[in-house]
Amino acid sequence: MIICITSKGPKSTDPVEERFGRSPYFLFHDTEKGDFDPVTNKFADAAGGVGPRAAQVLIDRGAKVLITGNVGGNALSVIQAAGIEVFRYRDGGSVEDAFQKYQKGLLGKMA
Amino acid sequence: MRVVVASGKGGTGKTLVAANLAAVVACLCDVVLVDCDVEEPNLHLFFPSEKKLLPVLADVPVFDTVRCDHCGECARTCQYGAIVVLSQKNLFFPEMCHGCGGCEIVCPQGAITMGKREVGRIEFSRPRAGLTLVSGVLNEREVAAPRVIREALRYAAGHPLVICDAPPGTACPLVETLEGADFCILVTEPTPFGLHDLSLAAGVAGVLGVPAGVVINRSIGEDEIIWRFCRSENIPVLWTIPFEKRIAELANEGKVLTDEIPEMKELFLRLFAEVRHRGEAGL
Repeated sequence: MIICITSKGPKSTDPVEERFGRSPYFLFHDTEKGDFDPVTNKFADAAGGVGPRAAQVLIDRGAKVLITGNVGGNALSVIQAAGIEVFRYRDGGSVEDAFQKYQKGLLGKMA
Repeated sequence: MRVVVASGKGGTGKTLVAANLAAVVACLCDVVLVDCDVEEPNLHLFFPSEKKLLPVLADVPVFDTVRCDHCGECARTCQYGAIVVLSQKNLFFPEMCHGCGGCEIVCPQGAITMGKREVGRIEFSRPRAGLTLVSGVLNEREVAAPRVIREALRYAAGHPLVICDAPPGTACPLVETLEGADFCILVTEPTPFGLHDLSLAAGVAGVLGVPAGVVINRSIGEDEIIWRFCRSENIPVLWTIPFEKRIAELANEGKVLTDEIPEMKELFLRLFAEVRHRGEAGL
């Protein structure tokens, strides 16, 4: 299964970015391979329409879970239509910390 | 002749100047006043009157779900994030669409045609003799301000005298309003903010080749920062409106100054004479 975590940097030790559409990086974690694959978000500084376009990146990469701080309305409707589960992480820690808390079932699911 | 009243900064008195200018000129000849501040049109507050409405339509893609094979070309082309393609269906966000038609062009299946959707309206009224008011109104959540401005200007096109109340800022809506105008009145206030945005708006007028002049509003007699800028840029200062409580009170009540203060009528007529002279001469 592929999990996407929004990140301020390309490494799993970098802090989680709490904004979804304007996150500088998306770290894709394949639970079968165990690594974190960083993808630069080319829409991070775009003027508008970033949410749905960022969501399209997740869809194209086959993510089933998204871990981030918050997701805006348009992006959320895309993510829900694609059947991607969203979990909220707002503890200010690293991508690894967010992933571990997700595994332990400590993160709340966004409706 | 088409005159645009702009400012860059919001709240400097664009609408006050446009409304009063149109009111005094309407006593002399027919004038069309166009509210191009389509996100927050407010000229009608000065001229309450019965309105006629016409919708403004914009292009939007219509997807043929049988032909579409969800290849995603349309979503990759869309610069506004209005289309998302999933494996089994497409999601379309109409309020994010700019109606450019790029998706229709790139679709390899010919599954997209362009349809229409209402994004705003134009309101027409004839509030007093000689004055026609055309107000562009953009619907809430919509982004296509230039579309509505273009439509409002189209209804005024060809009229011998048109005065436009421009939107604040210096982005697409101002460019749409200002392009092709004969003269631009830049209303500013003698503050650092006023100066900063005046310099940006004057820059837009310069790029578009529209001659401009400045009206300093809310002056307390210390306008040196504006004068210094106008001298260095070679932009004339047409008039200075004093900072007076009575002016603010009348404007807040939605009253036209030139109806209430005889002296104001003379001053606005003088402003118009100056603007007409410069607009016709291209100064």
